Amino acid sequence: MKSGRTTTGLWRLLSLPLLLFFLLPLVALLLRAPFDRIIESVMREQVRSAIGLSFVTTLISAAIIVVFGTPVAYLLAVRHGRIEKLIDTVIDLPTVLPPSVAGIALLLAFGRRGLLGPAFTVLGVDIAFTQVAVVLAQTFVAAPFYIKSAAIAFAGIEVDLTQAASLDGANNWDIFRHIMAPLAWAGLVSGLVMSWARALGEFGATILFAGNLQGVTQTMPLAIYIGFEANLDTAVTLSVILMGLSFSALLMAKALLNRAG
Amino acid sequence: MPYLSKFVSSYRLALLSIIACAATLTACSGTTTAPGATATSVPASGAPATIKVFAAASLQDAFSEIGRNYEAANPGVKVAFNFAGSQQLAQQIAQVAPADVFASANKAQMTVAIQSGRVVSGTEKVFVRNRLVVVVPRDNPAKLQTLQDLGKPGLKLVLAAKEVPVGQYALDYLTKTLKDSSFTPGYREAVLKNVVSYEDSVKSVLTKVTLGEADGGIVYTTDIGGDAAAKVTRIDIPDALNTVATYPIAALKDSTQAAAATGFVDYVLSDAGQKVLAGYGFITAPKDAK
Repeated sequence: MKSGRTTTGLWRLLSLPLLLFFLLPLVALLLRAPFDRIIESVMREQVRSAIGLSFVTTLISAAIIVVFGTPVAYLLAVRHGRIEKLIDTVIDLPTVLPPSVAGIALLLAFGRRGLLGPAFTVLGVDIAFTQVAVVLAQTFVAAPFYIKSAAIAFAGIEVDLTQAASLDGANNWDIFRHIMAPLAWAGLVSGLVMSWARALGEFGATILFAGNLQGVTQTMPLAIYIGFEANLDTAVTLSVILMGLSFSALLMAKALLNRAG
Repeated sequence: MPYLSKFVSSYRLALLSIIACAATLTACSGTTTAPGATATSVPASGAPATIKVFAAASLQDAFSEIGRNYEAANPGVKVAFNFAGSQQLAQQIAQVAPADVFASANKAQMTVAIQSGRVVSGTEKVFVRNRLVVVVPRDNPAKLQTLQDLGKPGLKLVLAAKEVPVGQYALDYLTKTLKDSSFTPGYREAVLKNVVSYEDSVKSVLTKVTLGEADGGIVYTTDIGGDAAAKVTRIDIPDALNTVATYPIAALKDSTQAAAATGFVDYVLSDAGQKVLAGYGFITAPKDAK
């Protein structure tokens, strides 16, 4: 018992350097935050439009991620063939690629001169420099977080349950709706929150693919980047807001998982 | 669940390590910035002195060459560059980034460095000048022929952000057209309405135009030398409307390599340095320029 406590203490001590390394920059940011002028900062046109734009685009991205990511997650959970392993690897790719690579790739695929450019031109659709581009960039980098989490949640459901349901005459859609989705919901929601937080922080792919125009494509991370050069107060205010949102999102995701577990 | 999560974690680990290795490799090859330097003999005095030069993005090609020449002429000195928008560099310098020389694309950002106390006022020297030019993609999808065409509705134009020197110069150009009878009074607003993105450096503006994603943009004449020349068509801005960009350079007060840093500044101002800059289309500075 006593030795157990000592080892815990030791591990905590060993965890300290990295924890401090994480916390120090965040503390520095909070110390520099113009809290006395924060209302004034938030009321600035540029800050308000960046916050609004970030919310709208990330919510759309999250919706797209659920609709198109859930089937992929389900597939990865129930099948483990060679093709699924390949899909799994493809899904992993955006999480390790530099976002700037994602931005260039998206531009070369969906831009006016991109692979699909001529098709879009025929339809009269232009994606680069629009909010559609912002959403695509966010979805590209953020979707893997949801898919991974959802796949693990689906895979955690006992096979007996689905087999029993199947014997009782339930079809695949019934099984998904009445067994898989309810049992996996904590994993789904926490994965979605993680995805949303990642989308909220998306910068590199957005600035390359969607450009930077206040009120149109200038999301919070872009306003922080440009604001850093023009007005440090703007940049710090937005950084603190972004940090608060991300921290709450992560706490929420973890609380959900703990409740389910 | 155990199968999948185990598979996921071990597999992801393997994938991550492979990618990390690859990234390290490229990073390593990336840091050997000066290919010419490796050939020069290691000086007898031991470790080579490295000077860090923070230079405007528009200087990238010319300064890379000057850096190689300077290294060749000064065995034992290595030049490492940090190319970015001048406004970024000025901020980095103000936040005490280690730097020995700052070459800005306008006086405003040099002033930021001076106000931060890291450049002594009066030590900065104008070493080169540059001009603005409108560029459109080679196949010119929007069929832009004249400066006036930039005001046609529905275009996708790309400028640099106003914090970037070339962005401010572009705005200056638009303001000057207000007093020019060959432009309609609404020209400036019409052009600004067509701007779809304010980019973070002149190179980003050029890239969006060469890729054909934008119908047009405003860059420096020096940006469209070399490879870019074949990918864009230029529309010249007459002298009366053109803002001539002035580039100041200075060695930083707190440089740990003061001799090599001032040596580099002197080299840029020397005939040899000016000749390289002229080769990239810069307007060289008169000898007594301050």
